[in-house]
Amino acid sequence: MPLVKGGKITADSFVKLAVDTPLPEGGDILVPAERFLGEADSLLNRSGKVGVIWPNNRDISELVPYLGKIAAVALVFPTFRDGRAYSQARLLRERYDYRGELRATGQVLRDQFVFMLRAGFDAFEVKKQADAEAFMQTAKRYSVFYQPTGDGRITALHRRMQLRHSEGVGT
Amino acid sequence: MYAYDEIDRTLVNERVSEFRDQVKRRLSGELTEDEFKILRLQNGVYLQLHAYMFRVAIPYGTLATNQLRALAHVARKYDRGYGHFTTRQNIQFNWIKLAELPDALEDLAKVGIHAMQTSGNNMRNVTSDQWAGVAPSEIEDPRIWSELIRQHTTLHPEFSFLPRKFKIAITASDHDRAAIKIHDIGLRLIKNEKGETGFEVLVGGGLGRTPFIAKTIKHFVHGRDILSYIEAILRVYNQYGRRDNIYKARIKILVHELGIEKFSREVEDEWQHIRNSSLQIDDEVIEDIRSRFTYPAYEKLPHMPDELRQAAADPDFEAWRKNSVAPHKVQGYSIVTISLKPTGGPPGDATAEQMDALADLADKYSFGEIRVGHEQNLALPHVAKRDLPALWKALDKLGLATPNVNLITDIIACPGLDYCSLANARSIPIAQELTRRFANHELANLIGRLHINISGCINACGHHHVGHIGILGVEKNGEEVYQITIGGRADENAALGTLIGPGVKFDEVADVVEDIVEAYLALRERPEELFMDTVKRLGVEPFKERVYATR
Repeated sequence: MPLVKGGKITADSFVKLAVDTPLPEGGDILVPAERFLGEADSLLNRSGKVGVIWPNNRDISELVPYLGKIAAVALVFPTFRDGRAYSQARLLRERYDYRGELRATGQVLRDQFVFMLRAGFDAFEVKKQADAEAFMQTAKRYSVFYQPTGDGRITALHRRMQLRHSEGVGT
Repeated sequence: MYAYDEIDRTLVNERVSEFRDQVKRRLSGELTEDEFKILRLQNGVYLQLHAYMFRVAIPYGTLATNQLRALAHVARKYDRGYGHFTTRQNIQFNWIKLAELPDALEDLAKVGIHAMQTSGNNMRNVTSDQWAGVAPSEIEDPRIWSELIRQHTTLHPEFSFLPRKFKIAITASDHDRAAIKIHDIGLRLIKNEKGETGFEVLVGGGLGRTPFIAKTIKHFVHGRDILSYIEAILRVYNQYGRRDNIYKARIKILVHELGIEKFSREVEDEWQHIRNSSLQIDDEVIEDIRSRFTYPAYEKLPHMPDELRQAAADPDFEAWRKNSVAPHKVQGYSIVTISLKPTGGPPGDATAEQMDALADLADKYSFGEIRVGHEQNLALPHVAKRDLPALWKALDKLGLATPNVNLITDIIACPGLDYCSLANARSIPIAQELTRRFANHELANLIGRLHINISGCINACGHHHVGHIGILGVEKNGEEVYQITIGGRADENAALGTLIGPGVKFDEVADVVEDIVEAYLALRERPEELFMDTVKRLGVEPFKERVYATR
């Protein structure tokens, strides 16, 4: 499954651990939420980056004490019809000011990229190779956005206000 | 009328090209049907019994004449020459071909019409009062706020994959024509003691197999906070709404399971985090949207023009005028409702020819504007009273002057088993039969206001729970059986109907309705006591007795 980061397909430095996989000596690891919360101290003290795989039915605020110490949060789309992780993503970025990698996992398909980017995701485990290859092109599908989110894109309302004021100067 | 600016146009065009690409990928097999299904639903495309069905949004029920002509064009070019107006200010085309859909969407986009979010588990087309901006006692035009919310809910990055569909309706009059109490969010525009605009917010209404009337979650939310408050409701719903069972996934179930107090506390907590954010709307933003709504330059006209006085001699004209013409906020003008319920016809259908002709009439007599109401009728919102006789003649020629608005033959019905893959029973033929039974205008007038709503399955697209008489088709041992309720209503006093007894067969439905009506005529205290009031006074028993005594 290709990983898209920074707009292009990249090698994934993280290894995903199951609940009971023995801890590797070094290297970057992604750990399930349950295990992470149970072993946080020892996990964070080892060399290599630590990320957490957070299920979409668990309160994301539990992760807040650790946000400054972890390198990645992987949110889950069990199917692309299940949109709970969009709310978790926005909360992480906009309320808890999380700046590390925010990864979309699960059934991640081309037609969700724009929504995901707007919600704050910056890394994508894309299900299909063709979708991963089309990432940059798809991300540019839209140039108009109605809602303000943490991604900083200018909204339609904002743009109209700018237009109004610039017109006001001329008249 | 709201005029799209370059920003709105760009978005709609980008959406069309995205959908074109999605259809291409489906046709090439790159997308599976399961993957494509959600994408097409986001654009109003269903797979029905015989073909794809295409549902197009008419936000808050306002159409310009060039838009109505574009709908006629789609009906003619891509469908079978007609369209079906729904109970949520949409129009449906029943025979569209998948490969042609992107072209149809592109043709509509040219006049600022889209089909975004007319189906799927997202925020649906925002609906409002079809008399918005012209109703005499209205507080202010709710379409300004409807448009604000339409924009905010379009392609929302967080709420496009909700547990289930989500519908918002807005009214600004005491008499609720938008049925806000059967919506996921109902907004009633009000003013606070300082004269500032805000909303009473209701939540958790809906029909389907578990019907609920919406409850008030907050008595006053200031206009500047309305987007953040809606966003807070949606965020709670998106995270906690059930996803394990589609029949329990609507917000009404979450509200019911948590209780309105707990639910409103959750929303309040969320809202406090986001109310002072960029979601706050200042007056200038509202003014900017308002400035893109154009209002007619009304003339100063007499209350009772000569043309109207003269035409009063014609009983047919008078019957129509008394039935279909309503007061306008400007003297000398009227609101004209156009019944799409001719005797023997499927409720809510209009042919391409009728749509084109109506567009011409709207240009001539209604400042180029047409409205669509949830009762599946149309309206011309600004007709000078002096023009009423001429308009009536023209409408009559088109078969659009049936004087049955709000009467027993003004039936709301879903497409039912004739089109719909979810249906268990036929709806349209029941409606057609009833319009024939009660075709006599004097009889219908004598009965007075009486709404019959028909659904062909438990999903309740025909709003049977809130019909004064509700008819629900179900399937029992391979046969169509119809359950009859009475006493429902969808207005400001919204209530769910009560079942009168065991279901009846297809052939018996019209007889049963006749029995109910006869019982009512015999039981009412005076002619002004409407069916609803008699049911309220006496309960269902006397009607039940009458219907089942001989069955």
